[in-house]
Amino acid sequence: MTTIAPEDTAREAVFDATVAADERIEPRDWMPDAYRSTLVRQIAQHAHSEIIGMQPEANWITRAPSLRRKAILMAKVQDEAGHGLYLYSAAETLGTSRDELLDKLHSGRQKYSSIFNYPTLTWADVGAIGWLVDGAAITNQVPLCRCSYGPYARAMVRVCKEESFHQRQGYELLLALSRGTEAQHAMAQDAVNRWWWPSLMMFGPPDDESSHSAQSMAWKIKRHSNDELRQRFVDICVPQAEALGLSLPDPDLTWNDERGHWDFGPIDWTEFREVLKGNGPCNAQRINRRRQAHEEGAWVREAAAAHAAKHGKATR
Amino acid sequence: MRNATATPALPLGDDALILSHRLGEWAGNAPVLEEEVALANIALDLLGQARVLLSLAGDEDELAYLREERQFRNLQLVEQPNGDFAHTIARQLYFSTYQELLFEHLATTESELAPLAAKAVKEVAYHRDHAHQWTLRLGDGTDESRVRMQRALDALWRFTGEMFEPVEGLETVPWPALHDSWATRITHTLEQATLTIPDGPRRGGWTAGTGRQGLHTESFGRMLAEMQHLHRSHPGATW
Amino acid sequence: MTTPRPAETAATAAAAAPRPGDWPLWEVFVRSRRGLSHTHAGSLHAPDAEMALRNARDLYTRRSEGVSLWVVPSAQITASSPDEKDAFFEPAGDKPYRHPTFYEIPDGVHHL
Repeated sequence: MTTIAPEDTAREAVFDATVAADERIEPRDWMPDAYRSTLVRQIAQHAHSEIIGMQPEANWITRAPSLRRKAILMAKVQDEAGHGLYLYSAAETLGTSRDELLDKLHSGRQKYSSIFNYPTLTWADVGAIGWLVDGAAITNQVPLCRCSYGPYARAMVRVCKEESFHQRQGYELLLALSRGTEAQHAMAQDAVNRWWWPSLMMFGPPDDESSHSAQSMAWKIKRHSNDELRQRFVDICVPQAEALGLSLPDPDLTWNDERGHWDFGPIDWTEFREVLKGNGPCNAQRINRRRQAHEEGAWVREAAAAHAAKHGKATR
Repeated sequence: MRNATATPALPLGDDALILSHRLGEWAGNAPVLEEEVALANIALDLLGQARVLLSLAGDEDELAYLREERQFRNLQLVEQPNGDFAHTIARQLYFSTYQELLFEHLATTESELAPLAAKAVKEVAYHRDHAHQWTLRLGDGTDESRVRMQRALDALWRFTGEMFEPVEGLETVPWPALHDSWATRITHTLEQATLTIPDGPRRGGWTAGTGRQGLHTESFGRMLAEMQHLHRSHPGATW
Repeated sequence: MTTPRPAETAATAAAAAPRPGDWPLWEVFVRSRRGLSHTHAGSLHAPDAEMALRNARDLYTRRSEGVSLWVVPSAQITASSPDEKDAFFEPAGDKPYRHPTFYEIPDGVHHL
């Protein structure tokens, strides 16, 4: 533990007061080192999730079954690249360059959302990702629009605004399948069966096991607990599933009048931890693909930088 | 399906459809995030054009998903595999320069394609600028990028002659003049990029390219198989 | 006065030397429609100004958000420091006579 200089105590008081007043912390403000590193970790993980998350959906761009669906899917995957970009920019305001963050992703030192380590096996998976995975992401993200760190909050406003079509297109896709032929309906149900539990795991470990939660809530980086958001998501999904004509794969799902919420069955956290550890179906594949794209692009990035230097267009 | 071959919307729609598909294969693989966004924008513009054009010729999905390889009328250039980024840029440069000139012309005619051409020409001008900017940076960047860019330009050159073969239904297009303008623009870009205009036939000589007659290259069949398999696996289904 | 630093770059700016393929950061400003001024939209990486402008077009106006764009190398922005905010901004706080509401005008007087 290093000693704290008196001016840091004064600055910390300003920081605490700013957060307490629900005002935003901006990049050049003094902030505790732990606040900065927590944010970098969280924003980076979020950005990585956006760009790794392109892969399972891009897997279906070339096979989309109608031109309308193909256009929608391309636009959605493109948005994810854009969202990754907004988020890396937010992380850069904390003094960490995008290249540094990408290095950490490629070398496995930073994580991305485990949900993207599951494969997209059928076209219906594209719908299930939109409805459930994006739905869970939005539930997580909307409160982040009020996060105490200004650039992150602003990036999230943009992300949430653009993401609203993502969930809808997924739902509409599943609806078309559910109301379609028998084979299409079965495809939709199978996808929902496979994506439901992993989506619930997206909210992170239960509150009593979540190591970072309490501090993040105090700093107003996080506004609601994992379990609170998970419950909110379940409550939203149950009637939506019914309207789809699809069932959710949980026999314990029952309305609890007393709580005013849906009760749901126990989550298999062993699976969650295994996937997190790198043993999910696609962990190695996702990272390898990302690394390969980055390495194969190196000569392109170098060429453009060299061109700028040659022609006096470089800025540094 | 009405007699789709009767309208020039079909070959032009096929060009846009197939190139859009190839560009879609870049998703998740681009050299830098900013370029993911740029390539997807171009792919989406082209897919939009394809949908309008194919709808002039018939039902867009029937035409895209239920025709056999021999019934597609796109240029062989646009079906060429992506290769490295230089190949994709060379393909973009050759094709978008052609498409811009053709649409500039069609926009001024009485053709049923005029409204589409007038709208699309603005999109295509941006596509050409994108390819132009990248050609400059790759050509006049590093030694490696110059070699790659030149190799790509040379490899795809043989597919450019076909672009100026007359197309049924587009008899008013002054193809030789279009070819001259195309060559002028390409020369301008390549000179600025310190690259060499590829050897080989400029006009009249033999170049590969019979895509407009439905004869394609080998990789095209595999591309179509991937594109069509899901749609064909569920006959009559709606999506 | 402290050394000016890029506007949105933190005090602990990355120390790592740029590698050959690393592109600099640019700030993007978008005019959303005629009559409004350009507003900061975000940032991106680009090798040079021309590409920065094109990347900005592709990223920040793909939903018709703008009619005009500015791009500025992030390193070229000089920003006031939060440590000096009292010296910079507080003195303006006690000069209410700069605001029209400071002045009392009799009832019935119009167009003032």
